[in-house]
Amino acid sequence: MHRDLDITIDGVSRIEGHASLELKVKQGVVEDLKLSVSEDKRFYTQAVRGKNALNLPNITSRICGTCSYAHLLCAIESVENALNVQPSEQTVILRKLAAYSMIIRDHAMHLYLFSLPDAFGKESVLEFSEEEMKWVNEGFRVKKAGNTLSTMIGGRAVHPTSLAVGGVASIPKKEDSARIIHDLKEVRPLVLKIIEFFYNSQFSLKQNTRYVSSMNDDFSYLGSSIIDSDGEVIQKSGFMDHFFRVVIPYSEAVGYELEGKDYVVGALSRMNLKKKSLHRDTLKDAASFLSVFPSNNIFHNNLAQAIELLHAVDSSIEILQMDFRLEERVEPVLKEGEGIGVVEAPRGLLYYHVKTGADGLIKDANLVIPTSQNQIRMQMDIKQLVEKLISEDKEKGVVEMEIEKLIRAYDPCMSCATHFLNVKWI
Amino acid sequence: MLKVGIFSFAGCEGCVVEFVELLNDHQDWLKKIDFKYAKILKKSEDFTGLDVAFIEGAIVSEADVERIKKIRDSCKKLVCIGTCATMGQPAGQRNFFNDDLKKEVQFLVDRFHQLPKVLSVKEVVKVDAEVQGCPMNDDAFVKVLNGLLEEFK
Repeated sequence: MHRDLDITIDGVSRIEGHASLELKVKQGVVEDLKLSVSEDKRFYTQAVRGKNALNLPNITSRICGTCSYAHLLCAIESVENALNVQPSEQTVILRKLAAYSMIIRDHAMHLYLFSLPDAFGKESVLEFSEEEMKWVNEGFRVKKAGNTLSTMIGGRAVHPTSLAVGGVASIPKKEDSARIIHDLKEVRPLVLKIIEFFYNSQFSLKQNTRYVSSMNDDFSYLGSSIIDSDGEVIQKSGFMDHFFRVVIPYSEAVGYELEGKDYVVGALSRMNLKKKSLHRDTLKDAASFLSVFPSNNIFHNNLAQAIELLHAVDSSIEILQMDFRLEERVEPVLKEGEGIGVVEAPRGLLYYHVKTGADGLIKDANLVIPTSQNQIRMQMDIKQLVEKLISEDKEKGVVEMEIEKLIRAYDPCMSCATHFLNVKWI
Repeated sequence: MLKVGIFSFAGCEGCVVEFVELLNDHQDWLKKIDFKYAKILKKSEDFTGLDVAFIEGAIVSEADVERIKKIRDSCKKLVCIGTCATMGQPAGQRNFFNDDLKKEVQFLVDRFHQLPKVLSVKEVVKVDAEVQGCPMNDDAFVKVLNGLLEEFK
């Protein structure tokens, strides 16, 4: 059936940050669709210029309260590369642990608080029945284990204080490690439950796109080179030769294309490209769910997140069993240089490219954010979804709800991207 | 039930994330608080008749000024959380830009109808309480919230 429909969604709920959508449908065809990030621009790219490179991590951490750890770690890596600082092996391990703690907190927040209501057909966890609320309580336990781990390794859960260029300010104490290992082992069965829950979810939207993730051999969130779904390896130094910035005039965030085409980053991409390198305990206990990947169903992003949650728990337990000793920080010498940082944020590939002057001040910084990279594909998916729902003669309210559900499956992060969604049907 | 709204202006939303982290240990809040407006938890449109409005983020645009005034008119107490709301920073870094940097961003400031200068919330409306910190200090927030739960009992 051919229909005309105008939708405006001003402020998509249960996502991080602010996004809006304006949609015009004429005779069943989407005529105009504007997905825009509507967080206010805060001009970080300019604000970091002239600042001491050693302060960069603490400044750009503030780009995003959700994934401050990712920004901080990526800034550290880029500055270390610019100043030729070689962190110790132990420092790298502890940074990996910090990133795992972020994945536990962040994926748990998204899965239990943002995605579960869609799965139960409720507007929010606040409307959950007592039975459904048990899931949320479990989610808080998982999240808390991640929080305790973050606090131990980073000083606090948001904007960590003890991770810096050249080293870490504190190392795990044996008794703290033992306590956190105990907490993580206790929540591990809950994580297996949430994996099975999202494995059984029937939500589906098939994409024809490329999946992109950074590559490493231990599925840690600190990456080395970049790989895409066609098996093409792109070295991080060649990033700007392959990934192109696309200005989206109505959005406060830019988009990105890979060699002229849309692509997707995030948990689904990582699972599609490197599931073989998950922690051995995760591989063993999640084996029956892993056969889903590679998948081109964007809703499998949630299943991928749940499996990553398990991987982060298992990897953290392993690291916490190690012996650590207090080390001297590698003292950075300020100098002229250029450095790249690549980190897998919870929502995907995060890329920093910085240049420092002889005085050690930042001359130039280019930051590429996961949600920006997903913006173009997200808009294409929404168009496909809306035309399908209109052809099935679905009501406006249903169409709106399904659009929000799809956007949430991506787990977008708008604060980062403006550095995203009001839906306006125009 | 304490009728609460949680509003985000320009910032990283770390204070709201910090609030969600606090729920780990304070799940009783979900029973004591009526979240009338909280985009992080639910679809939120109506924010009339609030007891308390929590504000994170700085005021950067003309639209922000209009919105914060509306929120002020529809709540009994307005509480700022985090340094963006209380001091306008770090979201307002452009206030300190030199002329070259100002020139560079001016077309975007104009395109998105931003104000000449980023403002803290108290520069625009009356504020009843502030929780400092970047992100906001947990203990100070719990103290303020417990006080409000008692006051509106």
